[in-house]
Amino acid sequence: MDADITLRVDGEARRLTVDTRTSLLDALRERLGNTSPKKGCDHGQCGACTILLDGQRALSCLALAVAHDGAEITTADGLARDGELHPVQRAFLERDAFQCGYCTPGQVCSAVGVIEEFAQGWPSHVTEDLTADPEMTHDEVAERMSGNLCRCAAYVNITPAVQDAAAQR
Amino acid sequence: MTDLLEPRAIGQALVRRDGEAKVRGTATYAYETPVEDPAYCHPVQATIARGRVTAVDTTAAAALDGVLRILTPFDAERLASTEDAEYAVLQSPEIAFRGQLVGVVIAETSEVARQAADAVVVTYAEQEHDSTLAVDRDDLYAPEQVNAGHETDTAEGDVAAAMATAEVSIERTYSTAMYHNNPLEPHATTALWDADAQFLTLWDSTQGVHPDRAAVCEVFGLDQEQVRVVCPYVGGGFGSKGRPHANVMLAAMAARALPGRPVKLALTRQQMFFLAGYRTPTIQQLQLAADRRGRLQAIAIDVVEQTSRIKEFAEQTGVPTRMMYAAPNRRSTHRLAALDVPVPSWFRAPGECPGMFGPEVAMDELAEELGIDPVELRIRNEPEVDPETKKPWSSRNLVRCLREGAERFGWADRPRGRRDGDWLVGYGVASSVYPTMRQATSTATLRFEDGRYVAEIGAADLGTGAWTILPQITADALDVDVADVEVRIGDTRYPTASVAGGSSGTNTWGSALVVAARAFRDKFGGSPADGDEVSGDVDQAAKDDAHAPYAFGAQFVEARVHADTGEIRLPRLLGVFGVGRVVNPRTARSQLIGGMTMGLSMALHENSVWDPRIGQVANHDLAEYHITVNADVGEIEALWIDEHDPYVNVMGTKGIGEIGITGTAAAVVNAVHAATGVRVRDLPVTLDKLLPGLP
Repeated sequence: MDADITLRVDGEARRLTVDTRTSLLDALRERLGNTSPKKGCDHGQCGACTILLDGQRALSCLALAVAHDGAEITTADGLARDGELHPVQRAFLERDAFQCGYCTPGQVCSAVGVIEEFAQGWPSHVTEDLTADPEMTHDEVAERMSGNLCRCAAYVNITPAVQDAAAQR
Repeated sequence: MTDLLEPRAIGQALVRRDGEAKVRGTATYAYETPVEDPAYCHPVQATIARGRVTAVDTTAAAALDGVLRILTPFDAERLASTEDAEYAVLQSPEIAFRGQLVGVVIAETSEVARQAADAVVVTYAEQEHDSTLAVDRDDLYAPEQVNAGHETDTAEGDVAAAMATAEVSIERTYSTAMYHNNPLEPHATTALWDADAQFLTLWDSTQGVHPDRAAVCEVFGLDQEQVRVVCPYVGGGFGSKGRPHANVMLAAMAARALPGRPVKLALTRQQMFFLAGYRTPTIQQLQLAADRRGRLQAIAIDVVEQTSRIKEFAEQTGVPTRMMYAAPNRRSTHRLAALDVPVPSWFRAPGECPGMFGPEVAMDELAEELGIDPVELRIRNEPEVDPETKKPWSSRNLVRCLREGAERFGWADRPRGRRDGDWLVGYGVASSVYPTMRQATSTATLRFEDGRYVAEIGAADLGTGAWTILPQITADALDVDVADVEVRIGDTRYPTASVAGGSSGTNTWGSALVVAARAFRDKFGGSPADGDEVSGDVDQAAKDDAHAPYAFGAQFVEARVHADTGEIRLPRLLGVFGVGRVVNPRTARSQLIGGMTMGLSMALHENSVWDPRIGQVANHDLAEYHITVNADVGEIEALWIDEHDPYVNVMGTKGIGEIGITGTAAAVVNAVHAATGVRVRDLPVTLDKLLPGLP
């Protein structure tokens, strides 16, 4: 069964027809040609498909496109505006926080989401004082970025890259 | 002996040239290749581990809207060569392992392709299968040789006599698990067959476009001129994309069944556990004999591992033991069990990775037995020449790495079972090694184009940094600014390049680029005209056979084990390496820490759990096959010593992609032992193995 929906992707309204089984990830990649979010597992286990969905990080492989008619979607490509990279992207380059690059757009979106979650005072599993604003320590950032697998294992560069970018806010 | 290139761009920590495209996600990987009106493929896999397909009913699948073609073993095209059984897809109804390809659906959308693949009904005549590796099987055999052309067995002196008479001896069995490479980008291909031109284009995720093309040409009976393979970016490979697997042949076959229309085929993460290669489990029986002062009298390793019944792959696990330490009496053997299992293949540092586990834990056990510092024990057994070939080393700085690492890590003041609150703390050490290789074929062309120097070579960058470091090498060979050099890679339209494997990429492609650059300068001088062009071949580069070329390293690990729960944390890893000259410190560090982190992953997390009743990996996805995540790592640092090696190649490079993963797991086991007194000899180290022995 098909459905007509509209998605706002990286600031642009896109009308498209999807199979009601189509994930948001496949809608972006196979229907709209936006391959910035990656498919690493299709089961919400690796984080490569992470996008910002209505401002929050989300696994696009676990979202059905038809359930997100009208949604505002930002991919890693859309984070770069007018040829200027987002501070998170610049920090990833400077820290060499990637190798093969396949998990990277998901890591970048996740990092942007994480920084916002800190700004809003969200605690994590490793937050000791739930009444205080969490601090961007290594352990806090590493915990929050652990839904994004990196097989090249750039983790010890990813965590400081996220901290660097947050410091520029 | 070679005068090394004078480093100007070499040694600079340049940011990756492909970095911006990767952080934005605009770098296109194989499946993402923009093509007009693609069709989508979904494979059908065998649900038995041994037997034959008796019938395939495609009626229900074919009736679905949007299904274009379904290929089965009974109607797929006949291949020109079925010599390689892994590549002989849909050529016979015989089933040799669960998950083998028995069909493919091609459809208008990926959703319909997947639904239809589920709707294909395959009937089998099932036979009993045998998929259990054991050291006491009566059908173990000696392969003709092991991977990379090494001898299966070696022997020198009399190990048994030395073991019987030595002041101290230990005999232990170690085992490593089955591991799956699991690059984050699943194995994927976009394929197009032009029937009029009889031309096949594959946008494939591969560590080598030319070797990939050669395999496809052989299987389909095509000339090289009829096939183009393109791969600018690879989403990780770690060996699994070093040789094509059956999925590439299936994609090409699907394209040929739908001429003129591009098809896309990506394995699912689950399918990769059957079809994309893996590292065999290994069982390593170690014998060490020494005198009281710790000088080794004998060293022996007998390895048992598995291969598939249809295609042999013999991991060279015993090979590093042949050259690592001095001892007059030595032995190494490899025995295989051919089982009804998927085909094993390359995984980062085949041989050296598992082969530096057992021996490096055994050295720690021997040190304990002797009451000698394990760093000192290794230093006392430093061989003056390569024990295997008797050649002098091109350079060997293991001792420097051990000493410098020990000092930086605080080894002298190491805790031994010290308790810090609820945590037991210990340090461990192990050596690393990887041979320095250069492949025999690779050619680069160099052309002056619009005021810039443009080199072309069919090399691959799987995250290693080739896009960035090959221009650095070329610039220094030309004596120009690196900004004036562009190197294009990842396409069979460029000259032939070897596979990105064996940590040989930079050594090989860089040598060809230097030959080309020097030929260019000789021919055209300092002010070339637009269009001036030469080729350079690695064959023309100076070659040294008189020395044994290896990279060495030392890894140090701090382990903290919770005294009540057995939870293991590794707050610090330090690697110090002697890897020749480093071309780009930024990307090199990433390679080394990446290897070490993957070694940590092998030590604590990774384990493909084999279910012998049904003959498959039970935990075949990323939720259950655990790889190290961000929160699992603390501080991981990789350093390298200044090393000038005039024998390896004109760049003085040794290759850095694999050494980082060698020895790490042993250092972790040794650290956990120092913390707890529990010696884990079968990987991974998990809580249940520690709990019974905790104080």
